[in-house]
Amino acid sequence: MTDEQRLYSIWVYLQAEPLFWLTLTIGAYLVGDFCYRRSNLFPLFNPVALSIIIVSGVLLIFDIQYERYFEGAKFIHFLLGPATVSLAIPIYQKWALIKSNAMPIISAVLLGSVFAILITYLLALAFSLEREIVLSLLPRSVTAPIAMGISELIGGIPSLTAIITIITGIIGAAFGTFTLDLLRVKKMSARGFGIGLASHGIGTARAMSRDKTAGVFAAVAMGLSGVVTALIVPLIIFLLKI
Amino acid sequence: MLESIFLIFLFQLVGEMIQKFFELTIPGPVIGLVLLLVALLLFGKYSTSVKTRLEKGLTTTAEYLLGHLPLLFVPIGVGVVMHISFLENRLLAVLFVIFSATVLSIGFTAFVMEKLQNLGNQNDG
Repeated sequence: MTDEQRLYSIWVYLQAEPLFWLTLTIGAYLVGDFCYRRSNLFPLFNPVALSIIIVSGVLLIFDIQYERYFEGAKFIHFLLGPATVSLAIPIYQKWALIKSNAMPIISAVLLGSVFAILITYLLALAFSLEREIVLSLLPRSVTAPIAMGISELIGGIPSLTAIITIITGIIGAAFGTFTLDLLRVKKMSARGFGIGLASHGIGTARAMSRDKTAGVFAAVAMGLSGVVTALIVPLIIFLLKI
Repeated sequence: MLESIFLIFLFQLVGEMIQKFFELTIPGPVIGLVLLLVALLLFGKYSTSVKTRLEKGLTTTAEYLLGHLPLLFVPIGVGVVMHISFLENRLLAVLFVIFSATVLSIGFTAFVMEKLQNLGNQNDG
């Protein structure tokens, strides 16, 4: 075997093993995080967005099927479940603060969830998007499994909703802080709350990695808006005769 | 550490079972979160050495898992990029709608939340 053939056979072996894809994913994330810090937290250099671009670039250049990549990367994906459960611990630690904010939390969840659905509908209407796409867009601000459930119920396309939901999360994580600075919202609890309500887990992840109070309020907003949105999307569709 | 990983997995497992059994739209891990929170609040009053040890372990594990939470979204995010052609000629319009609606919703909700908090003079911790 020539050296070239030997390298090729190593590559064939590696891409069939989880180790390569796990190393690539964590490596891409570290690079993304490094660029984000170096750029003085510039929104377009968001670590999630950057690492997704790096990994997708590698897959496209080497013509690798997503399913093959996910076979390895699923071990990282799996940790999302336990990470969600473990949000209970910071929420428990900040429970007194949540209790003392009960009224603002309940009001803001209702107002914010209705706003998110209506503004999405109005903008989709302005672009005269097809009915199926509009319906797939409506539940986009809540966590993917809930959004897909709602989408299916109202006649949207669940897999399209999944894509839209993830994009929503990345935009929220990347531009949330910038928007809130512009609006001069100062309270960490209110900032996290807005990000969690409008951009679910991905936004919450961003908030949690910057400030514990913001992260906890993001998690509370994400959980409550998931339930509220599931209840009011069908109601809004009925009232507006969409 | 191992005890707390076991507890977190156990609560997720119970959450997933409840979700499947009652066919709920709420995801299993979110049900697990609520159950773990309820358990922590219920046992919060008692202070035994076992409880203190478990809580300490859970705090360490949670901090580790949540400290790298954005990383966990990368595999599914790559899937979105690889399947983006799904939207074809509607891609730019849909991206614009998502971008504007998301930024506006974050701003509106956070602004309303802060105003409501100031009305009641709640502190920020």
